[in-house]
Amino acid sequence: MPNALNEEAGPRPVAAMEVLARDPSERKKFLKMVGRNVGGAAAASSFAVFLAACGSSKKSSTATTTSTPATSTPSGGANAGDITIVNYALTLEYLETEFYKKVVKSGLFSGPTQSLLQTIAAQEQQHVDALKHAAVTLGGTPAAKVVGKFPVTSAAQVAKLAAVVENLGASAYLGQAANIVNPEILASALAIHTVEARHAAILNTLNKLSITPDGAFAKPADMATVLAAVKPFLP
Amino acid sequence: MADSTFAVPDLAAVEVHGTTREAFLVRGALAAVAVAGVGAAGPFVNQAFGASTPSATGDLGILNFALTLEYLESYFYNTVAKTAGLSGEAKSLAALIAGHEAAHVAGLTAAIKGAGGTPVTSPKFKFPASTKTQKGFLALASVLENTGVSAYNGQGPLLMSKAILATAGQIVQVEARHAAAINYMIGLSPTPAKGGGAFDTPLSKAAVLKAVTPLLA
Repeated sequence: MPNALNEEAGPRPVAAMEVLARDPSERKKFLKMVGRNVGGAAAASSFAVFLAACGSSKKSSTATTTSTPATSTPSGGANAGDITIVNYALTLEYLETEFYKKVVKSGLFSGPTQSLLQTIAAQEQQHVDALKHAAVTLGGTPAAKVVGKFPVTSAAQVAKLAAVVENLGASAYLGQAANIVNPEILASALAIHTVEARHAAILNTLNKLSITPDGAFAKPADMATVLAAVKPFLP
Repeated sequence: MADSTFAVPDLAAVEVHGTTREAFLVRGALAAVAVAGVGAAGPFVNQAFGASTPSATGDLGILNFALTLEYLESYFYNTVAKTAGLSGEAKSLAALIAGHEAAHVAGLTAAIKGAGGTPVTSPKFKFPASTKTQKGFLALASVLENTGVSAYNGQGPLLMSKAILATAGQIVQVEARHAAAINYMIGLSPTPAKGGGAFDTPLSKAAVLKAVTPLLA
């Protein structure tokens, strides 16, 4: 099978997205969607917590083993930030699931590639189910389903878009890992993160791109970057 | 190819016979998936870590554990690969990964020093004769990469430092990409063997060390 394994050879699909301008109004729209069912004060405060966490993700936390991070917050509860992150991930997974369902039905693929796409579609659906469960476990309400609008015109276009989506998804999970408070939610997010990375690697291979566009250390993407990238696919 | 062929027998054995609390948790979780199906994967991850607390050895212990695994991988791709008779795409892939694993060793060494710790030195490694062939080399590469992913994912929630967690995440994503590429190259599913492959199974430190111990001289 064809491979493009040269580190320097491939363009970086996510990098192309990173140059997109950040749009505060679109971000608000997306977050409103994500937080729709979390509930007024909780949603607002959870996003505040989330933004604060984003800003300090590189800051080293205390090394004392006795400290228990964020056991209580004034409003929205200790889980508010995690609920926001889970619903953010859930929304991305909704978009992925819908995309692959459309692709699988498109008739553009056959054989092993169609089989791979079916497998990925099923896995994205499992991620949706797990994240819904996680939102409920945290005491939140899963974000409402989003139906994206993805162009599905040719096999080459779909393969390219799928690679963009998967690399973006992997960087989105990576960008949130250090913001998650609940260890069980973190474990779930990590378990999904590496599967998105696997999808990304294989789709890059199909596109003759490097399996590791960022080299030895994958780059995270923050929420604003991800939102700018998915903006064209939102309803 | 069926997911069931993407087996890691060594690790499965460790999980079944392990006597540590973590091994017990993992075994119970896998049993839950076996009985309840792939829908239990999310809860099973939660179950595996639900009762765990940050490791007593702390972040430095976890980093040194990760460093040891990276020493092993780096040796495998930088040294063992030279006698594996690799050619074509396999050779290119091994060369690409060799550079990454060496960078992970350097990155973890710096992280340990940055956190005020002392990096462990590299153990000596012993690889089976099967790695003298490309087929055998790639088969073991698949085991190592997939084990590495599970190891990082297993330790992630036990890290206290968010900065170190972020770095570990950057590394594990690359390990997952390696695992997928190697699996794909040798005709295995690029996603995990368990259940529907939608979740990477986390492994305890003890389980991973048992899996790689035969390779430590």
